[in-house]
Amino acid sequence: MTTPTISILNLSKVYNLGAINRHTLVDEAQYLWHRLRGRNPNQHMAPIAQDHTLPHKNAPLLAKADRFWALKDVSFDVSPGEIVGIIGPNGSGKSTLLKILTRITEPTSGDAFINGRVASLLEVGTGFHPELTGRENVFMNGTILGMKKKEIAKKFDEIVAFSEIEKFIDTPVKRYSSGMYVRLAFAVAAHLNPDILLVDEVLAVGDASFQKRCIGKLEETAAGGRTILFVSHNLHAVVALCRSVVWLDHGRVRMIGPAREVVARYTQEAIGQSTASAFEGKWQSDIRWEGLQIRNATGDETEVFDINDDILIEIDLAQKTLVQPVRLVLRIRTADDEVVALCTSNWNDPSASLPIEACHRKLRCRLRGNTLNTGTYRVSVGVDRPRGAVLSELINIKSFQVIQTTDHGGGIFGQLDSILSPLQPWETVWQKPLTDNAKGSL
Amino acid sequence: MTGTKSARIYLNTFNNSATQQLSNGSIPMQHTHIKANQAWWKIDWREILDYRDLLFMLVLRDLTSVYKQTILGPLWFVIQPLITSVVFTIIFGTVAKVPTDGIPQFIFYMSGTVFWNYFQGCMTHSASSLGSNTSLMTKVYFPRLIIPLSGAMSNLAYFGLNLIMFFGFYFYFLFFTTATMHPQVNLIFLPFLVLQCALLGIGIGLWVAAMTIKYRDLRFALPFLISIWMYATPIVYPASLVVNPAMRLVLCMNPMTFIVESVRFLLTGTGTVTLTCAMLSIGMTIFFLVTGLFLFNRAQRTFVDMI
Repeated sequence: MTTPTISILNLSKVYNLGAINRHTLVDEAQYLWHRLRGRNPNQHMAPIAQDHTLPHKNAPLLAKADRFWALKDVSFDVSPGEIVGIIGPNGSGKSTLLKILTRITEPTSGDAFINGRVASLLEVGTGFHPELTGRENVFMNGTILGMKKKEIAKKFDEIVAFSEIEKFIDTPVKRYSSGMYVRLAFAVAAHLNPDILLVDEVLAVGDASFQKRCIGKLEETAAGGRTILFVSHNLHAVVALCRSVVWLDHGRVRMIGPAREVVARYTQEAIGQSTASAFEGKWQSDIRWEGLQIRNATGDETEVFDINDDILIEIDLAQKTLVQPVRLVLRIRTADDEVVALCTSNWNDPSASLPIEACHRKLRCRLRGNTLNTGTYRVSVGVDRPRGAVLSELINIKSFQVIQTTDHGGGIFGQLDSILSPLQPWETVWQKPLTDNAKGSL
Repeated sequence: MTGTKSARIYLNTFNNSATQQLSNGSIPMQHTHIKANQAWWKIDWREILDYRDLLFMLVLRDLTSVYKQTILGPLWFVIQPLITSVVFTIIFGTVAKVPTDGIPQFIFYMSGTVFWNYFQGCMTHSASSLGSNTSLMTKVYFPRLIIPLSGAMSNLAYFGLNLIMFFGFYFYFLFFTTATMHPQVNLIFLPFLVLQCALLGIGIGLWVAAMTIKYRDLRFALPFLISIWMYATPIVYPASLVVNPAMRLVLCMNPMTFIVESVRFLLTGTGTVTLTCAMLSIGMTIFFLVTGLFLFNRAQRTFVDMI
């Protein structure tokens, strides 16, 4: 068994809610007085915030309710060369964990053992000074991130080339556009050479191409045997990049396992919470939604599909007697809210719509494999009259992920650079050998 | 607990195949143990040494960024004490006629001002080290002590410029005027006084920095505490003016008294330096430096949670 690069043992961090200090000089004097007399000062002091919900005036200074466990008994190991994703809803302790591992703050209890040099990409451009030139800031930023001056000097040309701002390198960065600023900052961070890289949501900044470059650089870093801890809300990136994932929930480890499994369970739960109320049997303009399932070709409910898999979307609904035929509309949106596909139930035959008589009914739409590219997609369903009013709609009610387990041979980590990647037939129309005199021209 | 335990086993077995040799060349592997309540008296000096390049860059940043887009540039470093000395000479020397023990007034005031400025520079830089770099410190880790140290070093550069200017005037008064000044052989000890000045400034500054995290009041109190302290130091008057023995002891309780008076004594042969005064001053410098370091070290560990 190898020595783990990062070993975390029962790590906990507590924050005191509300005011942190004893606020007035009187409080402070009281506090010291009680300490001098060897009593527990908290028992003799008025609560700091006059909270009327507190049982009585002399409630303990830090009641248990005022403590917030940002992390509670978190334990896991990370082996050398591994990329581990950390996921969880907001406030689940992801950032606190990284802050402790980068030693920005200290845990309340527990231990973490780290073998190797740590660098963090918590925010690009940290320590940039607006008055200094790009060149000076590269050195400034690099040393802040823990590089030696010699290392930076050696990589300087590479950094500048990566940032594509050679022309402006001797201009104060306050004159940079925000794009140039971010490019330079990321270029520095990307050329750090740590054993362990901690990444927190950097992918949330910058445009699409910048994000792609971020991911590409991370891949490259990982390929070089570095260990990466990757905190992100971008589940698609987590699945693509990480082999295993730690799911944090309310400061505790909820699940650790292969990226795909954990992410699937996580999305299932996240979606389950948000959609439960949507099917509570309310009639909306004579339509009542009763259920929506996303299944794979074998009929199992799932949220994660391979790019080759067919995706079956099944909709249960009830309807009262309608005066006019209606149709079902299925919209597939990307995580950025772009509608990538619109499938109507009368597509093949404009006359084919839902019948008008009252009934329960289950419909199924098959999204063929090799159509959507990898990514997270959200499903909306609605009922409308062709070229008419929308009767009822459920927006972004469920989501699913398309991931890729086989290599299609394109882009970064095999990802194709498009929203759709439809499998379209190719054929060679004709082919013939080169004639002798044309051979040499290549 | 069982859940996490099996998870750990899982991760270990899962990744055995993925283990690769870290290709970090000759750099020895760094081991870090993060734990709660690290001892307040443990200061990792080797780590600070490892970050010396950052120290150097911060000093460079301080020196180059301050006077960018100014016409006079670094000249401002010498204009400030020069004008202060001129003002003191006019107000305290000419108008108020405060005696200067026979030292040329201008030299008297400037020697005090230059050393006081260095002390004040080190102190304010250390005092604001945690407060003025929060955006940096909430994002990256580096030994926090680097910032007060960089302040002492960049202020040393300003001080050097001031000292050059001062010696220009000093030699002028020494050789081209009838003023009677007797430079002492012990003048070679001047660098020790400079060092003491810096260490005292850092020590007090670290105290203030550690306290300011909890008591923001200090941020408002500091500027006028500094000016009160300045007038409690024999800068605009000689220590010899204080004859009451009790008051003289009080004056000696101020560690800056010894420094300023010693500087004057070494340069001109006039000045009130007693053994008690020296012991008190050096003792207090060590006390404030050591306790300041510990306080700061304790405060910096979790101050990010408090701001």
